[in-house]
Amino acid sequence: MGGSGSRLSKELLAEYQANPFKERICRVFSTSPAKDSLSFEDFLDLLSVFSDTATPDIKSHYAFRIFDFDDDGTLNREDLSRLVNCLTGEGEDTRLSASEMKQLIDNILEESDIDRDGTINLSEFQHVISRSPDFASSFKIVL
Amino acid sequence: MEKKIEVLKEAKKFVSENEGALGKGKGKRWFAFKMMMAKKWAKFLRDFENFKAACVPWENKIKAIESQFGSSVASYFLFLRWMYGVNMVLFILTFSLIMLPEYLWGLPYGSLPRKTVPRAEEASAANFGVLYDFNGLAQYSVLFYGYYDNKRTIGWMNFRLPLSYFLVGIMCIGYSFLVVLKAMTKNIGDDGGGDDNTFNFSWKVFTSWDYLIGNPETADNKFNSITMNFKEAITEEKAAQVEENVHLIRFLRFLANFFVFLTLGGSGYLIFWAVKRSQEFAQQDPDTLGWWEKNEMNMVMSLLGMFCPTLFDLFAELEDYHPLIALKWLLGRIFALLLGNLYVFILALMDEINNKIEEEKLVKANITLWEANMIKAYNASFSENSTGPPFFVHPADVPRGPCWETMVGQEFVRLTVSDVLTTYVTILIGDFLRACFVRFCNYCWCWDLEYGYPSYTEFDISGNVLALIFNQGMIWMGSFFAPSLPGINILRLHTSMYFQCWAVMCCNVPEARVFKASRSNNFYLGMLLLILFLSTMPVLYMIVSLPPSFDCGPFSGKNRMFEVIGETLEHDFPSWMAKILRQLSNPGLVIAVILVMILAIYYLNATAKGQKAANLDLKKKMKMV
Repeated sequence: MGGSGSRLSKELLAEYQANPFKERICRVFSTSPAKDSLSFEDFLDLLSVFSDTATPDIKSHYAFRIFDFDDDGTLNREDLSRLVNCLTGEGEDTRLSASEMKQLIDNILEESDIDRDGTINLSEFQHVISRSPDFASSFKIVL
Repeated sequence: MEKKIEVLKEAKKFVSENEGALGKGKGKRWFAFKMMMAKKWAKFLRDFENFKAACVPWENKIKAIESQFGSSVASYFLFLRWMYGVNMVLFILTFSLIMLPEYLWGLPYGSLPRKTVPRAEEASAANFGVLYDFNGLAQYSVLFYGYYDNKRTIGWMNFRLPLSYFLVGIMCIGYSFLVVLKAMTKNIGDDGGGDDNTFNFSWKVFTSWDYLIGNPETADNKFNSITMNFKEAITEEKAAQVEENVHLIRFLRFLANFFVFLTLGGSGYLIFWAVKRSQEFAQQDPDTLGWWEKNEMNMVMSLLGMFCPTLFDLFAELEDYHPLIALKWLLGRIFALLLGNLYVFILALMDEINNKIEEEKLVKANITLWEANMIKAYNASFSENSTGPPFFVHPADVPRGPCWETMVGQEFVRLTVSDVLTTYVTILIGDFLRACFVRFCNYCWCWDLEYGYPSYTEFDISGNVLALIFNQGMIWMGSFFAPSLPGINILRLHTSMYFQCWAVMCCNVPEARVFKASRSNNFYLGMLLLILFLSTMPVLYMIVSLPPSFDCGPFSGKNRMFEVIGETLEHDFPSWMAKILRQLSNPGLVIAVILVMILAIYYLNATAKGQKAANLDLKKKMKMV
């Protein structure tokens, strides 16, 4: 699996090459100073969060950290726009136009931002996610 | 001083209790032993859990499919595996409690008229063609109802076969209901809060990625579908409610529904006509019929089930609905088609059953005449007062009464077998040959076969699930009359799993439009429950209202099949129990019980409504805060 001292670098996570959040996942779970490789304990943490038996609380907490691209504890417009770009793929023709992106982010903030501060914090995120019927079944990796 | 003594006493007590843990003194070895056993036990439990997880069949195959096609295609295979489990239990029940006792302790083949192939058919009884039709030797075996004898007990253990036959039939139905309802209630919990549309966009962004996808091609498809999803939602949000030409849309929808109705009516009539023709063929000599005439009805049913859904798809083009709604309409129509076919089939079967019951009366009269003649002839040969060999007629020569239960069982078995064959042939030709053609002829063809028409097939989840559900309905209907049917179905599901897994990985491409499987799960289970209910109704009707054949099966000679219970109560239970049960079946008491149940249903319904209203109230409060 890993090279030196059994650590997993993000290039070697073959199963997650198709996952658009692979870099974020690596950063969130890694405990090394450079935040670019996973030890065995980090890998176990990852699997336990993504497993069937993890509670929705834990899953939504980690999902929030994965979506928080600038690691500031809230999801602002920049985070959301990077998130949407990840989801729509890398090609130029699949990306949304600027006006569509603005419309989409406006809608998201209108739905989820309860205190109207222009960002989504952890409790607002958990409030939205707890009502979703699909979250638990899609946010799951079972080996 | 007293305090010191108290503290000393307490300390001594503590030490003596925890001697072993402290590592010194007498209790050390016992404590160490207890610790070691506890650790070993924990390890054993963990190993057992691992073993149980490893025993789950086909887990690797389904995981591979899941990572290549996403969770919705994998949900079909999970459903198939769950059905396999249910059928396994049904098979174990019928095999161990009906077929095995009859095989071990019942009278062997050839000892009774009902267990022997009639003399007229003996010559061809072992031909493959006859066996494939489940006639001949296959008909006079433990596979079908007609073979079983009506003696109250068999063997040295006094195994009560007719009672067991009846109870196993009822238990199969009861168990199926229980298991389907349990699965449904488990899934309702997973649903969360039902379908709220308040967080439409947020959910689309935060929860639409399926983390189980590991294949780049599927990931690309997923990206495309998510992008399409976003763009659609945005334009829907922006677009004003422009009612362009409502009348044209309404007319087109009405036209589409009219065509669908015509198709349903046409298919029903076709099946009825095919059944009538098969009755005519049954009157003719079997050797003059070709393969098509013999299997016409099964082929007609299977072909209709294959082609009509494509017609429905075509008509749906006229309707111009949102794809999710269009999918629901399509599923509803296919469901109506298959249900209609099944019920027309049953009606035609009931026709035949009534014919056979009429025939029975004639044959009964004939048999008494024949017996009288035989006895007269036998007595005439001893008119000189000499002793001769005892009166013996070979069982194959005795004239036979018609057996409608075996006929019903045979029809269902034949239908199942032909359905299986049609499915496999369709997959081979429709998917595999098409994929081969597209792959190899692409080099020398004018247009790009892989992107244009015909390209590779997508895996049709809803069609396959519906086919599975309807097959199961046929099994439930036929297993009372043919105890071998669950066994045949087990074989079928087993091979289907391997065959379809191979076909999906080899010839299909992931769907371009990826739908979530989570909410459809309860939808399919709901349909399964409906089919279970609809398919056990005819069986229960037949048990309760039709007289069993006088010449075959475990209930021959009785007036109704359920009389076997009354008989058991009289013979096997002490008399006070029979008296109590007779009092319990007093009409007044039964009506009172029914009233209480109706009241309970009404109360539970009212409570559920009240709780739903309270739920909505709470949701509103949370939004305001």
